[in-house]
Amino acid sequence: MNAIELANVSKIYRRYGGKQFATLKSALLQRSLLRDLRPSETFPALTDVSFRVPKGSTFAVIGRNGSGKSTALKLVAGITKPTAGSVRVEGRISALIELGAGFHPEISGRENVFINGIMLGLTKRQIHERFDDIVDFAELREFIDAPVKTYSSGMYMRLGFAVAIHVEPDVLLVVEVLAVGDEGFTHKCLDKFSEFRRRGKTVLLVTHSLGLVENLCDDAVWLEGGRVQGHGDPKRVVGAYLTAVEEGEQELMAATTAKAVEEAEAEQPAEAGAPAVDSPPNMFQAAEGRWGSREVEIVDVALIDGKGEPSFVFHTGERLEIRLKVRAQHPTDDFAFGIGLFNADGVCCYGTNTFVEEMDPERLSGDAEVTFTIDSLDLVEGTYKLDLAVHKRDGYPYDYHRLLYTFRVKSRTRDVGIYRPPHRWTFSPTVQFKNPGSGL
Amino acid sequence: MFANLNNLFRYRGLIWSLVTRDLKARYRGSVLGFFWSFVNPLLLLLIYSFIFTKVLPNETKGVQPYGVFMFCGILPWTWFATSLTDASGSLIAGGNLIKKVLFPAEVLPLVSVLANMAHFCFGLPILFLFLIVSGHYPDALDLVWFPIAVLVQLVFTSGLALILAALTVHFRDIRDLLANILTLWFFATPIIYPVFKPEVRQYKWLFDLNPFTHLAVSYQEILFFNGPIGHWRWLLALGVASLLLFVAAYWLFDRLRDSFAEAV
Repeated sequence: MNAIELANVSKIYRRYGGKQFATLKSALLQRSLLRDLRPSETFPALTDVSFRVPKGSTFAVIGRNGSGKSTALKLVAGITKPTAGSVRVEGRISALIELGAGFHPEISGRENVFINGIMLGLTKRQIHERFDDIVDFAELREFIDAPVKTYSSGMYMRLGFAVAIHVEPDVLLVVEVLAVGDEGFTHKCLDKFSEFRRRGKTVLLVTHSLGLVENLCDDAVWLEGGRVQGHGDPKRVVGAYLTAVEEGEQELMAATTAKAVEEAEAEQPAEAGAPAVDSPPNMFQAAEGRWGSREVEIVDVALIDGKGEPSFVFHTGERLEIRLKVRAQHPTDDFAFGIGLFNADGVCCYGTNTFVEEMDPERLSGDAEVTFTIDSLDLVEGTYKLDLAVHKRDGYPYDYHRLLYTFRVKSRTRDVGIYRPPHRWTFSPTVQFKNPGSGL
Repeated sequence: MFANLNNLFRYRGLIWSLVTRDLKARYRGSVLGFFWSFVNPLLLLLIYSFIFTKVLPNETKGVQPYGVFMFCGILPWTWFATSLTDASGSLIAGGNLIKKVLFPAEVLPLVSVLANMAHFCFGLPILFLFLIVSGHYPDALDLVWFPIAVLVQLVFTSGLALILAALTVHFRDIRDLLANILTLWFFATPIIYPVFKPEVRQYKWLFDLNPFTHLAVSYQEILFFNGPIGHWRWLLALGVASLLLFVAAYWLFDRLRDSFAEAV
């Protein structure tokens, strides 16, 4: 038995060529009344989307911004109609799309609860019965007789949420509304969802909180550009979605790096053979750029992930190799390789070079390759930048690449800081947890 | 469509609570509060009386006092005109509801009409008071026609309100256009002049085409003039026409319904 069924649903939004500003007069004068009502441009928000939500299940719709999630929800809620295909919903729906839509600012919370309840399909008597529950749920007992315009946005949302959830719908549609309150309120909302599930009601959740999807949902569908990209077990769908998001980030990081390198190149003085040798006056303030005599030149840089593939996105704990291709114009016996790792705030997370690590240079000639390997990238999630350099032992720069290379570290754990030391927790048997933890 | 019309009856609880909300919210925070619903028409009546007795004295026979005569037409006209103005913007003002909640859009223009009807009703005691003070006791038999006139006006106004609300979503200029049309319409209706003026008689057919003429004249005959109402045939004909208009308007509204959530 399905509570919601979408069969080959397409939704095409029409963009009217300047219709927004078309006037009745011009429409009449040009006899274009009918023509203006016809679309000049169309935008497919959903294309051939099908999914079924079995009764009593909790179902998630995930996807990037603009992927059609909200449109899908509006179709299910019946607010808009599909251009093609069919949408079928069994039972009463309550949509938590915009909380407190229809609250009138001038009248009291109490009166708004009644009117909002009636809008959502309750009778006066049903609201009377549930009124205390609603007010207690919203934690607004003291303020319920104050006009809603005096409420904070949090109070407003809580009251809206409380009314909507007490409508006792058969199908509850929820869009990113769990962020309406503090921790305590969020937990209450989650408890309410669980209660819903226990009572065999259907919940359709549209969210970016992927953890919630994995923990709460029985099924998930992933929309991408208005099409179903994945469907099924939430863990699997979320995994596939995250991979796609990473690929997107990968491209972004690659583009950032390419742009930085290109700009650094463009800043070189025009006269060949006389590249900027001088270091910026204050190394700690230097912005991204490139300088040095180029007697030894870094000709190529690649970041390699644990699988041996070039990448710009890494996971905490993964292996990271930085491969430099260098070229010495003349053989030299005075050289050092250095790297610096910075986080997005510009804090140097780590810096080293072959000189401080007491490697005595003997000879470098022609083309060479240098690899710097970090076996376990113990950084927390974030964007990081690299300094890479070849210089003399006294610091005279051959080729200094400042913050030109960007990469991203991803982590499923929400720990904070910069560095994640390898660690473990140990407990005496009197301390117990329900789950074994994410097992870092 | 008739299923939807049936729904309209189901929404009566919603309509009722929205109308009371509008009325409550309107005077919230003002010192006189609900009392304004009586004070407003009273002040209007006093102003008209002053103008047409002192500033521009109108001595036309049979319509004295002139202020009270005009008020018989102005009160229903105010209901009519403000209803249409409110209704034409109602879907846009209620955009949040239409876009975010499954909400029967036709409720909004009807609430505009009904809320203004409430204000009309609050003005009636003032009107009756002045009628009695000035010696125009409405005939009891005539008064039977009064609710009928109100009903006809309600259906007529609701029909127009639905059309305007639906079209304004697509053509925003209607709101500005409407304000001017209503001003013209007001002066084209025998409200501040009696219908039996020779100039009006000359173009009687033109005035007969104006639906509000029949409402205004009916109100005047029921409330102000002595003798039985002579205009009842017109009133009933308008009633039938209004019903047809309402059904047509509802059909149009229903046709455009799906475009509201996107165009608002």
